[in-house]
Formats: sequence, structure tokens, C-alpha cells
Amino acid sequence: MTIVGNGSPQGVQITPRLPRRLTPGREPSDWIFHGLATTVGLSVLAVTGAIGLFLGYQSIPTLRHYGWHFFTQSNWLPELNQIGIAAVLVGTAEVALIAMFVSFPLALMFALFITDYAPPRIKSWLVSAVDLMAAVPSIIYGLWGFFLLQPHAIDVARWLSQYLGWLPIFHVDTDPNAAVWQQSSYTGSAFIAGLAVSMMAIPLACAVMRAVFDQAPLGEREAAMALGGTRFGVARTVVLPFAKGGIIGGTMLALGRALGETAAVLIIISPEYLIKARILEAGTQTISALIAANFGDATTSQLSALLTAGFVLFLITLTVNTCAAVVIRRSRSGASTDI
Amino acid sequence: MTTITSAPVREVAPPVGRRAIPRKVQAFTFDDRLSLFGSLASSFALVTIGYDHLLDTSGIVGFLVCWYFVFLLVYAGVLSMSNTRALVVERLVTATLYAVAALVVFALGSAVLYTFFQGWHAFVHFGFFTHDMSGVSPTAPLSQGGILQAIAGTVIEVAIAVGVSLPLGIGTAIYMSEVGGRWSRLVQTVVEAMTALPEILAGLFVYVTLIVDVGLPKSGLAASIAMSVTMVPIIARASEVALRIVPRGLREASSALGASHWKTVRKVVLPSARSGLATATILATARGIGETAIVLITSGASSFLTFNPIGNPMNSLPLFIYTAYTTHEPVAIARAFGAASVLLLMVLVLFVATRFLSREKGVAR
Repeated sequence: MTIVGNGSPQGVQITPRLPRRLTPGREPSDWIFHGLATTVGLSVLAVTGAIGLFLGYQSIPTLRHYGWHFFTQSNWLPELNQIGIAAVLVGTAEVALIAMFVSFPLALMFALFITDYAPPRIKSWLVSAVDLMAAVPSIIYGLWGFFLLQPHAIDVARWLSQYLGWLPIFHVDTDPNAAVWQQSSYTGSAFIAGLAVSMMAIPLACAVMRAVFDQAPLGEREAAMALGGTRFGVARTVVLPFAKGGIIGGTMLALGRALGETAAVLIIISPEYLIKARILEAGTQTISALIAANFGDATTSQLSALLTAGFVLFLITLTVNTCAAVVIRRSRSGASTDI
Repeated sequence: MTTITSAPVREVAPPVGRRAIPRKVQAFTFDDRLSLFGSLASSFALVTIGYDHLLDTSGIVGFLVCWYFVFLLVYAGVLSMSNTRALVVERLVTATLYAVAALVVFALGSAVLYTFFQGWHAFVHFGFFTHDMSGVSPTAPLSQGGILQAIAGTVIEVAIAVGVSLPLGIGTAIYMSEVGGRWSRLVQTVVEAMTALPEILAGLFVYVTLIVDVGLPKSGLAASIAMSVTMVPIIARASEVALRIVPRGLREASSALGASHWKTVRKVVLPSARSGLATATILATARGIGETAIVLITSGASSFLTFNPIGNPMNSLPLFIYTAYTTHEPVAIARAFGAASVLLLMVLVLFVATRFLSREKGVAR
């Protein structure tokens, strides 16, 4: 340490200490780093953006050729020049809605069970189970749905059509009371495909809901407990109202996944191009299964039609996912970590 | 001088009996236990008689559903004899939630166990893992042929896809969260939008552009490119979240010590986010391994072993499962389940790795 001032001993050369000069601006390594990161970011932007634009551009000839009929025609008969997605759109919506109808209550209750009811010992196991459920490939759910679930599900389907067959959606065009009932009328239906797809929708929705339930303010939970509330009382008055946004957002994310699901649906359904509300009856078709089944022997114009169908699906999932993202983002205001 | 203050207190006799013991909050008393098991047993007896003998119904699913609803009714009745309404509701909700949890875990467990159980027929043949299907007809017995070509194909395709999408995805995440700039908002929007891209559409896109328009053959590389198209947005978004939650204080501390931005990112931000980045990568890899729609369209199913991803078709596990399933031959389906078990094992290994990595630092994700 040098002593600077009047008291310094003679003979020591005193140099006035200038403050260290700060060098605003970037070092060479930073220039490279920023340049590289920007290049990667922009090239990913360019490529992914180009894919989106390409898909949109490819659908112009199809839409110009078929016009509005593309959305109202239900047949997919390229050799007769009858191409339309009315039936597959309805089929896609049916499968996805059945999946949501099954998975929403299960995901909600399972998430609530994990955060509020499960004994602490098994809580982390249940969290792992949800993550594992999300990681299992969809084709395995397809095999499971076809070989293990379907033989039991057709019993349920028959029971539903027996007692609720007067409702159009549960009606099946066969005699459910026959002594030897027509099993093949109940297989490969939108109902069974929806059940298999719900296995993929549950973990997505459940993971989001669980994360939001965990963020419910501890003070309010304890306050509700202190007022004599039961666990259900706490859930009803504190957790669920707090997590409303997360519940909606997680459900919509799962819906986006259910709409685009291919492999499981392709294995289970028996393809049929018909607009119908009878979800228990054999035969339906979804957009992604349509593409997977027809791309092989398609001509260029038919490929363009398939791309258009896929683009319509993309627009739907994009809308659903964007809404989900907005809802989730709003519900998590101020949840940031900082030192 | 010492004084013993505790001795007199000890001499006071503890109160014997008489005092009303308050009910422990949220405790599950003997009474509760009795009403739970009693209701279970009585509803089981009731449904056994009513369902199997009095009514014209059968089937295990219907029996369980009926048992469950009758149980809820009986349980509600038993509880309301000695409890307040709030407690009855609480107990019923608890019973419902336990049943839902059991149902979900059972569904997952049945999918996993059923696959392994069915795959066992193929697993006992060692050649199943060391041979390919070249020259073996799909209906040949399980002792002939195997799925080596599909295993090799899956490993090669996913390795290329991860090799492409990992640097791109994490680089994009660093651009979005660390570097920023005029375009970062747009990059974020587009990347988020592309996570909604259905896998089948990514496959069809590559099929139309590379295979139909450019004229390349169906190959493992085409499948890898299509996989990358779906994986880059997933990795980028998940990594961005992992980078975002690194506290800003750490970055400021590093800058205050004179580190350049690059050094800050490399020595502080990336190591802090390591487990999050690893989780994102492994989950995306697991998705890639199970990708069926893409390989169905782009890779072409070969029956022979190939390590060359460029010139020729390349099989993979999901594609092998699907093509074997479509034959509807019992032997082929046994092979499909064998391949499904291998696929599931791969996913399980990756999954355990994820758990291990995210638990390493005591972070509960």
C-alpha cells in the first residue's frame, strides 16, 4: 500500500494515481459471442418462419382450386376430384373433445391430490409418475388402447348405447340388446381413440395445474386452515380460485396436443369420411391420421391438399396454444426469482 | 448457591382420565377407520349380490364402477351419523381423490407393464436384439430375425437430430434471454408458435420439400431433419425458461467483478442453469425417440441393418412397431411388442437420467 500525501518519505517518487480508465464497449470475445448468438437466433427465426410461410403458401393452390368447398366437402376422394376436410375436422374435434372430457377432471383431481392430499412420502413419486406419463411414446398408448383398453371399452360403449342411445351422440346403428351383439360396430370409434389420447393429455394438463397449485399463497392457505377449514375447504376457497388461469391454460395446452396426435389415433380408429355425431360407433377420421394414411400414393396436387389440411390443423393448434400461453402468463404475474 | 426449580413440578400427579381429550385436527381416528373399511366391505357385499345375482349385468368394469358409487353412498351415510357436514364432504372428496389417483397410476402402470408383459415373448430370444429382418418374412417365428436395424436406426436418427437441435435450441435460448436485441421478441413469438406445429406436419413438410421436390430418397437424415424441426422450438423454449430463472443478481455480480458478457454466460449463467438445460434436452430426446408420425412419412422402413443415414431407407423402433402392427399377424404383433418394450426401456433410462440430474442439486424442479 502506498501512502500518498504530504507525509510521504523523501526519495519515494510520488505519482498521482489516476482512476482506472473504464472501457465501455465490448471486448472482442463479446463481439464474437453476440454475433454468434444473434446468428443462431435469427437463422432459427428464418428457418422456422420460412416453414410456416411455406405451409401457408402451399395451401394457396388448393384453396383456389376447391374454394370454400374444401371446408364443406366431407369426402376425400382424390380420383373423383372430391376433396374436403369437413368430416375430418369434425372427427378431429370429436376425438380431442372426448379426450378433454375424460382428462380434464382426472388431471384436475390428480393435481389437487398431489399438492394437497397425498402423503408427503408418495408425493415425489406421483410427480415422477406424471412426468413419466408424458414421456411414454404415443405409439405405446396406441397399442395399449387397441389391445388392452378396447375389449373393455366396447362393453362400456354398448352399455351407454343401451341406456342413453336416445341421445344422438350415444346412438349406434345396431341392436345393442341383441343376444350376440355386433362387437365390430363399437370398435375403432372416436370414443376409444379419445380415451387413448386422454392418456397423453392428462400429464400435460396435470403438470401445469400442479405447478400453479403449488404457488397458491401459503399465508392464505394457513388463514383458511386457522378459520377451521378442512383441506377441501382450503382447496375450494384458496387454491382453485388462485389457480383458475393455470387450470384453463393447462387444459388448453393439453387440447393442443390432443388435436395434433397421430400415432395412437392411427392405430385405433377405422377410417371413415362421414360427418357424424355418433361417437360410440365404429369409424371416424382425424386430420393427422388422414395425412399419415394418404401421403404415400398422393400426387403433387393431392400432397398440396394434404398440406392444406395440415395447415388448417396447425392454425387451430396455434390459436389454442397462444390462448393458453396468454392465460398462463397472466395467472403467474410477479412470480420471479431474484436475489 | 443452586436452586432446584424443576423438582416440585415433577411431583404434581398427571391428571387421570376425566379430562375430555380434544379431537386431533385432521387425525384419522379409530372411528374413521372403522367407517371407511366398514363402508368398503358393506358396499362390496351389496354390489356382489345386486350386480351379479339380482340384475342382469356382468363385466369387471361395471362392477368396479358400481361398487365405487355404492361405497360413496354408504360412506356418506355412515359418516353423517357422527360428523359435521364439512367433515363428511372432506372425507368424500378425499375418497374421490384417492380413487382418481389410483385410476391414473393404474392406467399408466397398466400401459407400461402390459407392454413389457407382451414384449416378453420376443425378449426371450437373444437373436431378437442381434439380428435384423433382412430375408426374414414378417410371419417367420420369433426365433428368426430381430430388431437390430430398428434399434440402430432410432439411435442414429435421434443422435443426428439432437446434434443439430441442441446447439441451435440452446443458442436461440441464449439469444432470447441473454443477448436480446431488436429481433428477440419476434424470435420468441415464432419459436413459441412453432411448438404448436403438429409432428405429422413437420414430417409432411420435409417429405414435400426434400423427397418430392428435391428428389432425395427416403432416409434417416430426412427423418432427423424433420425431428429437428420439432425439437428446436421445444428445446429453445424450455431452455429459455431455465435461463430466465437464474437470478439476475448472479449476472450483476459477475459483471461487477469485471467479467465480460461471454464469460458471465459461460461461467455463471450456463452452469447455474445446467440441470434445467439437461432436463430440457433429455425430455426433447425422449420425445424424439418416440416420434412415430415423422419416421412414418420420411424415413422408409428397411428390413436390413444400415448405418448410413443418407442414401437409403432406415427403419426405427416406432416405425417398426407401426408396420408390424398393420400386418395384424400374431407373430408380427409379438415383435411389435418386443420393439415397444425396447422403446419404453430407452425412454425409461432417459427418464431416470432426468430425475437424477434434476435431483442432483436438490432442486425439486
